[in-house]
Amino acid sequence: ALAQAGLSETQAEFRAAAEDFARGELAPHAARWDADKVFPTDVLRHAAELGFGGIYCGEDYGGIGLGRKDAAVIFEALAWGDVGLTAYLTIHNMNCAVVDRFGSEEQKQEWLPRLTSMELLTSYCLTEPGSGSDAASLSTVAKRDGSDWVLSGEKAFISGGGVADVYVVMARTGGPGPKGISCFLVEKGSPGLSFGKQERKMGWNCQPTAAVVLDGVRVPEKNLVGGEGNGFSIAMAGLDGGRINIATCSVGGAQFALDTAFEYVQSRKQFGKAIANFQNTQFKLADMQTGLQASRVMVHAAAEAIDAKLPSATAQAAMAKRFATDTCSDVANAALQLHGGYGYLQEYPVERVVRDLRVHSILEGTNEVMRLIVNREMTRGNV
Amino acid sequence: GGVGGAAMRVLVAVKRVVDYAAKIRVRPDGSGVDTASVKMSMNPFCEIAVEEAVRLKEKKLATEVVAVSMGPKQCQETLRTAMAMGADRGLHVQTEADLEPLALAKLLRAIVARQEPDLVLMGKQSIDGDNNQTGQMLAGLLGWPQGTFASQLDVQDGGQRLEVVREVDGGLETVGLRTPAVVTTDLRLNEPRYSTLPNIMKAKKKPLESLSPEDLGVDVSPKLSVLSVEAPPKREGGRILGSVEELVDKLKGEAGVL
Repeated sequence: ALAQAGLSETQAEFRAAAEDFARGELAPHAARWDADKVFPTDVLRHAAELGFGGIYCGEDYGGIGLGRKDAAVIFEALAWGDVGLTAYLTIHNMNCAVVDRFGSEEQKQEWLPRLTSMELLTSYCLTEPGSGSDAASLSTVAKRDGSDWVLSGEKAFISGGGVADVYVVMARTGGPGPKGISCFLVEKGSPGLSFGKQERKMGWNCQPTAAVVLDGVRVPEKNLVGGEGNGFSIAMAGLDGGRINIATCSVGGAQFALDTAFEYVQSRKQFGKAIANFQNTQFKLADMQTGLQASRVMVHAAAEAIDAKLPSATAQAAMAKRFATDTCSDVANAALQLHGGYGYLQEYPVERVVRDLRVHSILEGTNEVMRLIVNREMTRGNV
Repeated sequence: GGVGGAAMRVLVAVKRVVDYAAKIRVRPDGSGVDTASVKMSMNPFCEIAVEEAVRLKEKKLATEVVAVSMGPKQCQETLRTAMAMGADRGLHVQTEADLEPLALAKLLRAIVARQEPDLVLMGKQSIDGDNNQTGQMLAGLLGWPQGTFASQLDVQDGGQRLEVVREVDGGLETVGLRTPAVVTTDLRLNEPRYSTLPNIMKAKKKPLESLSPEDLGVDVSPKLSVLSVEAPPKREGGRILGSVEELVDKLKGEAGVL
């Protein structure tokens, strides 16, 4: 019921639709996708048919034209079913939004309908082996050659890497620092584009993750998005929303972990009674519920701030991301502990949620970088 | 199924019930199930009825699907879901009364008189009451043919005739009905579609009319009173016995069933 609090009637309907899909199409398969490392592109396309592929893109090219709060509500409900797959869906939505917001009419016409329908899957390529938090120091270069650009460099930890059809690549077209970076759309199959091995990860196992290697990849001028030198501001603009999305996935996953633990402790008996009756269990569950709700409320408020274009939006997104990802990982971990030994077995779903949520404190900007952002915004007087 | 088109108007009755996965408790005073903060959804058999009606429209066998629901204000959420699945408009009979199958059937009879559908589709039963009565009572009140527990529905002769395969205890039975008729849906009739985000938004613009039982001239006061509601006894552990003789012994003695 708390998950529905503060939602408009329409948002409640969106949430119900996402819950149905999560329950029917995600939750029954999540364990198998994790164990067998299956990337269920058919399920992603099914989700896109329902409108989940381009949630906050304009309606002209297949988007649904909703806001960030609507998206946060929808993604939380989907993440309850499968954190890793929903996280990929949010990354794809972010990529669609990049084209929708910064692309020319021609680019939107050419790409968006196929992106929002997920006929084409996307990857977001900013991070490199040598530049993670220090994203502006990236070294993938794009050199002009006639009417084309030639890209060389390597991107690391790319979600969807090797499988995605379109790569949103940040590359250096100018001098050092953020202002020398531009944004390109690179198609799979381009000569010179190759991929590293699939990474073996702690979680997010339903998503392929690989290095993306660009060795003299020729990209036409028409694939430059938002004009030369605007790549970094495009990346940063995308990340505010991306942070809400990762945070809301944490909330959804933690809700699943809490629900599972709550049910488990009713039936598990030790010392002659259900462990739900021990005060430690009751206090633990109460703290988990409190942390979860606080996370949810922060995520919703930050999403509303982005929708309203408030000056505090960036700070709120960073605070919500930092708080929700850490707190929800704690909730999942506590849920595992409440399961006792069974929580450690893969037969029970809670350890998968713990593994999946762990990376949320690291990507889309580490929680350390989130602290830098919050402090910077405090200094600028934006909070 | 069905050769050529038809132009049926289909009325679908939908009920808002406790979600099938929700954990429910009996109220402390034993008067019923506590539904105050439980998740509510469209009855699964009603979803199947809406899906079948929308498919008839897509096959050009129906020209209009009208959804109807009776109960408190929140029934409008259920009607919006029906419209997001493809129903064209919604009718809400608003009442706080505890509606019994006979009252529902009488209300539906009055709706049928106003809407003049060729086919009334409804779930075979709702997962809260599990009465499995409303469809049959409605057909009786209307004097219409009925095809209950449908696992297949074929429209023939331009909508003049329906062939319904029914799931019965002995297997499958096929009945032919002349329209107008009442059909109640069973589990295997179809798999309902998910609502899409665009359809949810489009549904907001579809007409939703509100009426009262008084408007329809129906007295919905209960004819039954619930004496008590109890939760089923907690499941006890089983015991593994050594022999058939021991089993028969316990069935006679302890269990008292032989």
